Amino acid sequence: MSEKDTGSVSEVLIKYFGGDERLAKIVDEEVPYPDGKLIVSRTDPKGIITHVNQAFVDMSAYTREELVGANHNILRHPDMPAVAFKGLWDTVENGEKWQGYVKNLRKDGKYYWVKATVIPNIRQGKLVGYTSVRRKPSRSKIRESEALYETLQ
Amino acid sequence: MPFNFTVSPDFAPDHMSGWFYFNTWLQRNLGTDIHLELFDSFDAQRDAIKAGQVDLIYANPYDASMLVRELGFKAVARPAGKKDEAVIVVPANSQAEAVEDLEAGVRLATTDDPDVHTIGMIMLEPADLDASNISQKDYDTYILVAKALLRGEADVGFFLKQGFDELSDLIKKQMRVLVSSQISVVHHALLVGPQMQDCMAELKALVTQMHKDEKGIGVLESMGIKEFESMSTEQTEFMIDLIDTLTI
Repeated sequence: MSEKDTGSVSEVLIKYFGGDERLAKIVDEEVPYPDGKLIVSRTDPKGIITHVNQAFVDMSAYTREELVGANHNILRHPDMPAVAFKGLWDTVENGEKWQGYVKNLRKDGKYYWVKATVIPNIRQGKLVGYTSVRRKPSRSKIRESEALYETLQ
Repeated sequence: MPFNFTVSPDFAPDHMSGWFYFNTWLQRNLGTDIHLELFDSFDAQRDAIKAGQVDLIYANPYDASMLVRELGFKAVARPAGKKDEAVIVVPANSQAEAVEDLEAGVRLATTDDPDVHTIGMIMLEPADLDASNISQKDYDTYILVAKALLRGEADVGFFLKQGFDELSDLIKKQMRVLVSSQISVVHHALLVGPQMQDCMAELKALVTQMHKDEKGIGVLESMGIKEFESMSTEQTEFMIDLIDTLTI
């Protein structure tokens, strides 16, 4: 748990790229990333989740059934600036790997930080989706990312 | 000309004879000549692969990417329930209680086993440690990694989880596991090269059924494998994609 957490609860309207929006409960409480685990998911080319591993289910607090078929932006925390995700999509749509630090939103409103890597899945020369693998970030990288993302909001 | 078969050099020494039994069993059942060549190091094996001297390989997952995507190998089977996981270990009297307690300058004992090393380095990242701020020494075996820790020559060691578990209790109790990976989807695979792919369907049928055959069971036991299960192209591609994300 971060020293800065207040435990406060609020409701925030999250606006997604493309015009969708949803009212989300936000709890200022970090859930620690589990040691040694990788959170893995795959999406189709439009960002719809097609596969999640158990670590993803456990950390997101959603069920597997709720996750598969949902847009990956279900995890987007309002503290993450839209420009960070634009950089992600511009990179992977260009066929390149993307890596960065991401604050994710859980179903219960709490959050967790990850070091995420996203790669395009190419089969017989065609893009069939994306694989995203998250691992445990260091506290110093989280602090750097928090400071950076505040300036990009 | 016989086909050439090789095994990832990270197999347990106790299972070396098992791979020769497997080769004999395979030749009898496939009705073709296969020469088994074992290598002391991953580099020597990669040189042979790049020189086109390998037709069949029980490959480390890290090498699977190069074999499948660059050299046209195809996955036949994988060992059921046998995952490649890594552990980070410290001497029992170490001050470190968690990875985050390790500091820059830490002395690492590791092997040239590429997937264990890659996973181990990822598990050091929460402590802001990477190749630039640690002191690393490579050893030939996990026994030697353990000795380096026990002699005080290293502060932290990387082991294949199975390799650590197989150490004697006397050695193990002088060490402590700081963190253990739980990745679940990274494993070795039996891959067949372009020259041998005419035999692929027959080979797949044979190895995925060998646990139902009395002689096959004995051979599998000698390799430390319960059974081989079929591995699809997409399962292989998924594992390679995942490993790709770990290597940047």
